[in-house]
Amino acid sequence: MYNFQYHRPKNLEEASQILDVGDDPKLVAGGMTIIPTLKQRLAQPSDLIDLADINNLVGINLQYQSLEIGSMTRHCDVAKSEIVREIIPALSSLASHIGDSQVRHRGTIGGSLANNDPAADYPAGALGLGATIITDKREILADDFFVGLFETALEDNEIITAVRFPKPKRAAYTKFPNPASRYAIIGVMVAETNNQVRVAVTGAGDDGVFREEKMEAALSTNFTSDAIADISIDDETLLSDIHASSEYRAHLINVMAQRAVDKAT
Amino acid sequence: MPSVTMKVNGKNVNAEVENRTLLVQYLRDHLNMTGTHVGCDTSQCGCCVVHVNGSSVKSCTMLAVQAEGADVVTIEGLADGEVLHPMQAAFREHHGLQCGFCTPGMVMSAVDLAKENPDPSETEIREWLEGNICRCTGYHNIVKAIAAGTKNMQG
Ligand SMILES: Cc1cc2nc3c(=O)[nH]c(=O)nc-3n(C[C@H](O)[C@H](O)[C@H](O)COP(=O)(O)OP(=O)(O)OC[C@H]3O[C@@H](n4cnc5c(N)ncnc54)[C@H](O)[C@@H]3O)c2cc1C
Ligand code: FES
Ligand code: FES
Repeated sequence: MYNFQYHRPKNLEEASQILDVGDDPKLVAGGMTIIPTLKQRLAQPSDLIDLADINNLVGINLQYQSLEIGSMTRHCDVAKSEIVREIIPALSSLASHIGDSQVRHRGTIGGSLANNDPAADYPAGALGLGATIITDKREILADDFFVGLFETALEDNEIITAVRFPKPKRAAYTKFPNPASRYAIIGVMVAETNNQVRVAVTGAGDDGVFREEKMEAALSTNFTSDAIADISIDDETLLSDIHASSEYRAHLINVMAQRAVDKAT
Repeated sequence: MPSVTMKVNGKNVNAEVENRTLLVQYLRDHLNMTGTHVGCDTSQCGCCVVHVNGSSVKSCTMLAVQAEGADVVTIEGLADGEVLHPMQAAFREHHGLQCGFCTPGMVMSAVDLAKENPDPSETEIREWLEGNICRCTGYHNIVKAIAAGTKNMQG
């Protein structure tokens, strides 16, 4: 690992200041992605800005009919939260299957969304549930947030502070995990919200998480697994690697989506 | 160099470390506590599991400076003198190890499980061990040991 300056600001303003003046600064949240990256010398930031001491980035609140989850809230805390279980059980289940217990004890929702790994779970959760990503500068709809592989709409000096999830009428997340890493080979979030049905797929797209519009249209008129059973997914834009070919991923998307529809509560 | 202060197995320790020093390197190379192992370079094997402020974490994926002010417990902190911790005793009793390389992480992970879930089912134990890899045992005896150790920890 190359060396760097380490900072542990007490509030957002201080963090933001260091971000503005640093040579090539990087934020660190749970470190579950960035530390392995630094260990492999795939990045060489001048400064690491640890968000751990900024208290108001942690917590889960119910506001009107939405859950607002602080960006530094760990996966284990979302998984165990009574309020998440009650309002959006699909999100609690998603969080409880990220990686392993030790990863969930450090990894955070803000870090996962900012990282936008094409096989990560939270991007499908946020896109499928129609979440809003809240930063220190503005609010970004999930539909506009995920730009490409490991790429988001975030500016270099922007910090995610929270994520707002509207309560769906019903939703479920299913994933076919890579047996070694537990990352999604395919993960599908299906949600019926107030005015639409949303289907978000992770693990498959060569541009990262995406919405599956043919399924959304079919489920809008008939929310049953039968309604999507015959929808075939074009594998042209899907990832193909040692874990799964694009044809297999296309098939799995349909299977996982049907299971999610059957499970949606 | 920055200085870092934390509590390790109940004792206050302070040292100068580089910012890039991992918690596991700090424990092994600076404090000479070599019970915590390093088995992989990919944050996946769990040999390096320690408790930080009461939660099991991978000490190879955390910087020593991130543990500033924290309460850290390692495998060396479990036994009471010559008397093994109930989870360690259960691993010995149920043959939960062969080469022993994964064992410190397995035991630390298991002790954390027992706190979260005092009566885990076999499936819950296996799911909890997702982040602990063992190349020798085939896991059966580890699972048995953890079931017994968890019971013994309750009383
Ligand atoms: C063994 C293992 C298994 C895993 N399995 C899974 C899995 O099954 N599913 C899954 O989804 N993930 C998995 N992960 C990834 C894990 O969920 C990470 O926690 C997550 O991807 C990154 O979150 P973090 O808090 O650790 O972020 P960090 O590693 O600290 O940061 C990641 C990136 O986000 C940036 N960042 C962090 N916080 C913010 C913020 N508030 N605002 C703006 N930018 C920010 C950082 O600068 C960095 O570039 C796994 C990781 C490991 C090590
Ligand atoms: S050495 Fe830490 S997970 Fe393998
Ligand atoms: S006992 Fe040898 S790796 Fe587990």
